[in-house]
Amino acid sequence: MSGTGNTLPIEITVNGRRHALDVAVHHTLLDVLRDDLELTGTKECCLVGECGACTVMVNGRIVDSCLMLAVEADGAEIVTVEGLAKDGKLSPLQQAFLDKGAAQCGFCTPGQLMAAQALLAGNPHPSIDEVQEGLAGNLCRCGCYFQIADAVLSVAEGEHR
Amino acid sequence: MHTFAYERPATLAEAVALLDAHGPEARLLAGGTDLIIRLRDGSAQPAVVVDVKQIAEMSSTIREQDGIVTIGATTVVADIAASELVKRHFEALAEAAAVVGSVQIRNRATLAGNICNASPAADTAPPLLVYGAVIVAAGPRGTRRIPITEFFVRSGVTTLAPNELVIAIEIPVPARRMGAVHVRRTRRRGHDLASVTLCCSVDETGVTRLAYGSVGPRPVLYVDESGVLADPDGADEAKAPIFERMFGDASPSKRSMRASPEYRLAMLRVLGKRAVRTAIERLAAERAVEA
Repeated sequence: MSGTGNTLPIEITVNGRRHALDVAVHHTLLDVLRDDLELTGTKECCLVGECGACTVMVNGRIVDSCLMLAVEADGAEIVTVEGLAKDGKLSPLQQAFLDKGAAQCGFCTPGQLMAAQALLAGNPHPSIDEVQEGLAGNLCRCGCYFQIADAVLSVAEGEHR
Repeated sequence: MHTFAYERPATLAEAVALLDAHGPEARLLAGGTDLIIRLRDGSAQPAVVVDVKQIAEMSSTIREQDGIVTIGATTVVADIAASELVKRHFEALAEAAAVVGSVQIRNRATLAGNICNASPAADTAPPLLVYGAVIVAAGPRGTRRIPITEFFVRSGVTTLAPNELVIAIEIPVPARRMGAVHVRRTRRRGHDLASVTLCCSVDETGVTRLAYGSVGPRPVLYVDESGVLADPDGADEAKAPIFERMFGDASPSKRSMRASPEYRLAMLRVLGKRAVRTAIERLAAERAVEA
């Protein structure tokens, strides 16, 4: 496969919906999610893989979508923050973030939620250290780290089930 | 981001032909956690980006055969940290892989990319030096094996030719019982680059191998075969001159914002002694398990 015309056709599944798109080869997955699919829950921030605001799940693993070309996602199953709520009902993690005051300005929240979702999927009962390590790639400039960890632990302990 | 031609070859031969045709105008894309940053800030402006993730010979597998563990070039760091095979034979490599970047970065970044970028701070480099890894490189004239001690030149530069690419990393399973550990110093816990990154192994014949990075232009390996460092009851005065030989050539950059040269040199000595101690303890624990 090669893209010399500078666009390539890709097929991706985002939050359960299949999309066939022509994407510019130099556009990132983040660009395509926000600009082509208008899924603006995923945030653009540092663009160097340090802040985690652009975190999405690709084939079951979280990645910084600013550091992945859209063409690399060809064929992938992607979940964004828009895919967490089901039938208008918040996911347990989303509800916990609200209840614990873990979202202040809210800009980092989509990335925090995706990282927390992945952490709990692999480790349903993490320690506080494991929560901090699992979310170490997500910065919060408001400094809600205590509340964020509290929200994740409350879901792990079943308060929100 | 400036645009480029994107190539996703399905075979190694195609990838090598692309590199041969485009030379320095081509850049390889594996995990992209370094390359995409450089494409965006303009410090890399390749005409062609060659995505190597569909190439069978570079598959993301970790396998053991005839006493050698082979890690395919597109294996991500998260998989190395989690691999039972790696944890069993190369504990310090698993430890180093577990502290590269964040979860998000480890899910994309590859071991081959970590060493091909040749960052002096690469956390996986010291354990690969300690374990005697061999880099398998492919080029127009076939494949060749490069001992990792002959791989790093300086930041961003390796001994690979412009038309060569790394297809795998081979690590010999230690023939003798060994204790090994990876340690590092960062400014903060969590996601940070190392101010000092260091690995040490001690084996049952008394050989100590110590490698470190982030304190000079490239990661380096020192070997002490005298048995003095590996002696659990050895006097500090006897060990001091050996440590000084190991650390004497370290030359941290004055320009790095992460830590001053004085701090790095001081921490290098602290971490070095601590790592030797831990390696000795782990070797003793190995012996106790088998006894």
